[in-house]
Amino acid sequence: MKRMLACEWARWLAAAALAGFLLIAGSLAAAPPAHGEAGTITVGSKADREGHLLGEIFAQTLEAAGFRVERRFGLGQTIVTYRALREGEIDLYPEYTGTLAHAILGVVPDGIDTLDRLARRQGLRVLPPLGFNNTYALTMRRAEAQRLNIRRISDLTDHPALTIGVSHEFLKRQDGWPGLRSRYALPQSPLGLEHGIAYRAVREGSIDITDAYSTDGDIERFDFMLLQDDKGYFSRYLAVPLVAADLPSPALAALRRLAGLLDERRMRALNAEVSSKGRSFAAVAAEFLAEQGITSGRRAAHPRRWHRLGTNLIEHLQLTGIALGLACLVGLPLSFAVHRSPRLARSVLYVAGLLQTIPSIALLALMIPLFGIGVLPAVIALFLYSLLPIVRAAITALLTVDPLLVNVASGIGLTGAEQLRHVILPLAMPNLLAGIRTAAIINIGTATLAAFIGAGGLGEPIVTGLSLNDYQLVLYGAIPAALLAIATELLFELGERVLIPAHLRESSKL
Amino acid sequence: MNATPEPSAVQFHQLHKRFAGQPLFQGLDLALPPQCITAVVGASGCGKSTLLQLINGLLRPDAGEVRLFGQPLDYCNLPRLRRRIGYAVQQIGLFPHLTVRDNIAILAEREGWPRSRLRARIEQLLRMMDLAPALLGRYPHEISGGQAQRVGLCRAMMLEPPLLLLDEAFSAVDPITRAEVHARFQALQRAEPRTVVLVTHDVGEAMRLADYLVVMAPGQVLQTGTPQRIRARPADARVARLLESGP
Repeated sequence: MKRMLACEWARWLAAAALAGFLLIAGSLAAAPPAHGEAGTITVGSKADREGHLLGEIFAQTLEAAGFRVERRFGLGQTIVTYRALREGEIDLYPEYTGTLAHAILGVVPDGIDTLDRLARRQGLRVLPPLGFNNTYALTMRRAEAQRLNIRRISDLTDHPALTIGVSHEFLKRQDGWPGLRSRYALPQSPLGLEHGIAYRAVREGSIDITDAYSTDGDIERFDFMLLQDDKGYFSRYLAVPLVAADLPSPALAALRRLAGLLDERRMRALNAEVSSKGRSFAAVAAEFLAEQGITSGRRAAHPRRWHRLGTNLIEHLQLTGIALGLACLVGLPLSFAVHRSPRLARSVLYVAGLLQTIPSIALLALMIPLFGIGVLPAVIALFLYSLLPIVRAAITALLTVDPLLVNVASGIGLTGAEQLRHVILPLAMPNLLAGIRTAAIINIGTATLAAFIGAGGLGEPIVTGLSLNDYQLVLYGAIPAALLAIATELLFELGERVLIPAHLRESSKL
Repeated sequence: MNATPEPSAVQFHQLHKRFAGQPLFQGLDLALPPQCITAVVGASGCGKSTLLQLINGLLRPDAGEVRLFGQPLDYCNLPRLRRRIGYAVQQIGLFPHLTVRDNIAILAEREGWPRSRLRARIEQLLRMMDLAPALLGRYPHEISGGQAQRVGLCRAMMLEPPLLLLDEAFSAVDPITRAEVHARFQALQRAEPRTVVLVTHDVGEAMRLADYLVVMAPGQVLQTGTPQRIRARPADARVARLLESGP
């Protein structure tokens, strides 16, 4: 009977370990991200390379002015980053006047003063431009352009067979493809592609033309050519710091010192330092600021990737753990409540099934208007996603428990709670665990997409890496995410071994 | 036979019960004597198992009353009542996720018995049921059908209940095994006499084990009495026919 005692202990330990996995994130979540501390300014950026670099320049400028800075770079495309600023998740980020006018404020581009006045109504400020105009452009391989004798955008009308692939943002923006097409009467119909992938596709020849930014360092690196905007279609995209109006005035003053320091040639050179020489954003920014006399000396550039990786991993565990815990807390009692009524059970499964059919990226996007961006909408989306596997498994599990055994349990005098604890749950456990396990694995995968709505996690290096064309960075996120999924699988395997007697395990696999 | 000096162990008074939408019992009166084995026999569908489940409250009468040892059945605290009523069904009633030991001990553990008492009672039951202690660590699927039935009896008798209900608890094994289980059960009954209500479709088994017999037809009691008396003087042709089906 001592052996029995030890066995009982092992079971409790395993149960505790599983519960710990579910709740670890919960306790971590008790300490929210450092954002919002007094005296700390959070600098954000979109997911592109230039955004990162300018964000880093802003960050180091503010640090030189004595502020503590939190960096949240690579938040996503315009809408996500702008919302993050509006909701106070970040305090500033680099934006372009054209984007601000067309895509955000919905006005025709005008002087900085007009934009600043409009932005103030939203509680924001537009600071003086940094100098360069990073306008949209179309680009293609130089060799191909020369072969076909293409120099200007209007030349494209003579080559309707050329394939065009542009970023999703460019495809939809008023000042992007739709206007460009009608101005030049272009015959091609473009594909929507992720920007980093589009560059790769052009290099490999799977598409011929894509949209580019005129200061992009990759244009020279890949030997692409910018097509001349001979009808003057593209607006001006002057880079500006877009900041929260309540930023302390010494911070505003420090950022104003950057005005006019970066012309197009210099910006392209700085971009190329990162893209072709592989230097870190921090190092390139530090060198530039020291040259300009904004910072006193050269900062040691430290990429801090491993540190970031730890943070990303914890964020990822938080996202998946909280969502899974919530799904269990809601799904298990719900299943228990409805499993005896076939009609109710069917309805619940139907609704959970509908939620599951929504593509994960769409579900995440749907969360933005409802809950904004960041961790909360991501957790809610993941929670909804986990419900189906958990509820389906739990209802199946409860229905497969032999009613005779429940009748016997009741007949020999076990109370309702005792029947649940000692008979129903243990018999349902194999299916139940399988459902939670499926939900956990789905969650870990889907959570990598949560970076698109600024929720962090291991998706952050993946999303950033994709937009920077930096496949090493993609692997920094992808490999740990894969390992995490495998580790979770093994943990559940172990949990099953301890919690479920071997013969019931076997039968559950059949 | 209708006037027993001490209160009956189980008494049904003017009991009405519908089953599957059809009236089954309409004003049933039946009293079962204490401290002996009562066998309820009858063709399947006559309401034998229903009768048993009315005793431990798994079913409630539509009208009328069930009394146990003179007291009306208390439906407010059924778990407490049922722990004083042992209940065993065919061997599938063992919980497959629990070892033999845990199956036997499940109620005593809920009752908070100290380990020494638990162990002593289990050892005693195993001896009486002729089960090897080595079986304790096994799971139900690892033991034979006859062993499983005896384990089911051990679980039913763990708390030394004054009343034991057996629903076809000896069926579904071969005749030799069954004879063995019968012998063990009779030995136990000699050692710890208690009121037993045994539902069986097997007239031979009822004749062999029972001190008192209840012969049923759907919804009604045809005859009650000792097996010898009923065999000697069947009340009518139906009883006689049913007895002939036995050995």
